[in-house]
Amino acid sequence: MSEPVVVVEGLSKSFGGVEAVCGLNFTVGPTEVLGLLGPNGAGKTTTIHMLLGLVTPTAGRVRLFGMELDTNRVAVLSRLNFSSAYIALPSNLTVWENLNVFSRLYGLKKPRKKIEELLELFEISHVLNRVTGGLSSGQQTRVNLCKSFLNDPELLILDEPTASLDPDIADKVHQVLNRIRNERDMAMIYTSHNMAEIEKMCDRIAFISQGRFVLEGTTAELLAQSGRASLEELFIAIARDRGLPGEAP
Amino acid sequence: MINRVSALVLRYMYLYRRSLARLGEVFFWPVMELLVWGFLTMYLESEDVGMTVSYLLGAIILWDVLYRAQMAISLSFTEEIWVRNLLNLFVAPLRTFEIPLATASVGVIRALVSLTLLSVLAAVLYAFDITAVGFALVPFVASLLLFGWAVGLVTMALVLRFGQAAEALVWGVPFLIQPFSAVFYPVSILPVWLQPLAWSLPSTYVFEGMRAALASGVLDGSLLAMAFVLNVVYLILGTLFLGLTLKTVREKGYLSRIGME
Ligand SMILES: Nc1ncnc2c1ncn2[C@@H]1O[C@H](COP(=O)(O)OP(=O)(O)OP(=O)(O)O)[C@@H](O)[C@H]1O
Ligand SMILES: [Mg+2]
Repeated sequence: MSEPVVVVEGLSKSFGGVEAVCGLNFTVGPTEVLGLLGPNGAGKTTTIHMLLGLVTPTAGRVRLFGMELDTNRVAVLSRLNFSSAYIALPSNLTVWENLNVFSRLYGLKKPRKKIEELLELFEISHVLNRVTGGLSSGQQTRVNLCKSFLNDPELLILDEPTASLDPDIADKVHQVLNRIRNERDMAMIYTSHNMAEIEKMCDRIAFISQGRFVLEGTTAELLAQSGRASLEELFIAIARDRGLPGEAP
Repeated sequence: MINRVSALVLRYMYLYRRSLARLGEVFFWPVMELLVWGFLTMYLESEDVGMTVSYLLGAIILWDVLYRAQMAISLSFTEEIWVRNLLNLFVAPLRTFEIPLATASVGVIRALVSLTLLSVLAAVLYAFDITAVGFALVPFVASLLLFGWAVGLVTMALVLRFGQAAEALVWGVPFLIQPFSAVFYPVSILPVWLQPLAWSLPSTYVFEGMRAALASGVLDGSLLAMAFVLNVVYLILGTLFLGLTLKTVREKGYLSRIGME
């Protein structure tokens, strides 16, 4: 098997006294999609931010593409990208201006062609010259996704990427993501509170609760292990019991 | 590196094109300031106070260089927090120091634009020729830009550490320095125990140098040399402070918090 793009060993983070993430170990292969599922405050965003070097772990280490981020920032960051419902592109610039700036940050030689292709892919070509802040949140989310594909990332990290999308547009986004995965190798780490989306998009799911992986595997494996009928049922069981399903009273 | 820095510079140029308020910072406020101070100096001149007029106008124009250079760094950075763009930048393949480098370049452009505008206006309205300071003008301006950046690095770090709550500091920090920089009066006016503080700031040497040059037409090289030495020291301290703050901010997880606020 080819080298994993993400290797995480003993990753932990505590904020003051609060343990947000405790001793996570996992890898993500070059074509694999790992879904992080868990209740609010479980530690999903903290984990992702540690991968991206935004938060320093208390313990453990992260290797991306076989490198440490700290000592290879530019090399590592130019091969991955990130998008989240909670961040935005400057609202006072046009879509073109924003994507042009980020194309250049990612070292693209001919940004216009790439930008037009991506807008077309996400079916928002008509917003090219509009001011980003004036777009609907669904359009903004797709512009953010365009930004995260500018560098053809080998690893795409998405934190609740479809949180503001209507089901129709969310479905289109899923199709685009899957189309890109069919065309070339791309690993993804994906968080969402939408079970159907996680089931559709992810090869492997890690259930995270109070900073720990409590279950890990494909949807079928998780359901078989836990004896639950659906991911949703399993999620609720884990969220309420705050522990392994089946163990709680 | 040049490409990445120029990409960021482009980002701020777009911003100035889109935002009247931001353009106002370059054109409107400096002009308003010059008008107020200029007319005041004209009035004082009619009261026959000699060189004071030139001193004051020179001080206003040069102080503006320092102020704008500082603001350019920290305001551009605050802007990224306002628009929730900070994390996009921190996950892009940028080296951390490339962000202040870009904002500093924007600062130079801004300062030069403001400076040109103010010099022309001062010449037209008050017949004050800032080039009367002669060749000294270039190193004076350069020295103030450098000090402005050093202060900007510190305010940028404070904004990272305290988020939007530190915004007031962005505007206020230069005014913590102003009373001790001998901008509008010579160091000798300050109480003796404050004078060492004044002489520890590079800006003091520039404003003292400016007055000397205006009065005698001769440039005191040793004043400028001291200003540059101190600038190097403050730039190193500013960079260290920013680096340390970034480390703390990553440890405490503030970066993800302010990035998403
Ligand atoms: N910067 C921080 N300072 C203090 N505590 C933090 C910080 N960031 C996260 N936490 C805490 O760490 C825990 C995990 O938070 P995190 O944001 O990772 O959860 P999450 O799984 O992404 O939740 P959600 O589904 O709501 O997005 C929470 O208890 C949170 O309060
Ligand atoms: Mg989260």
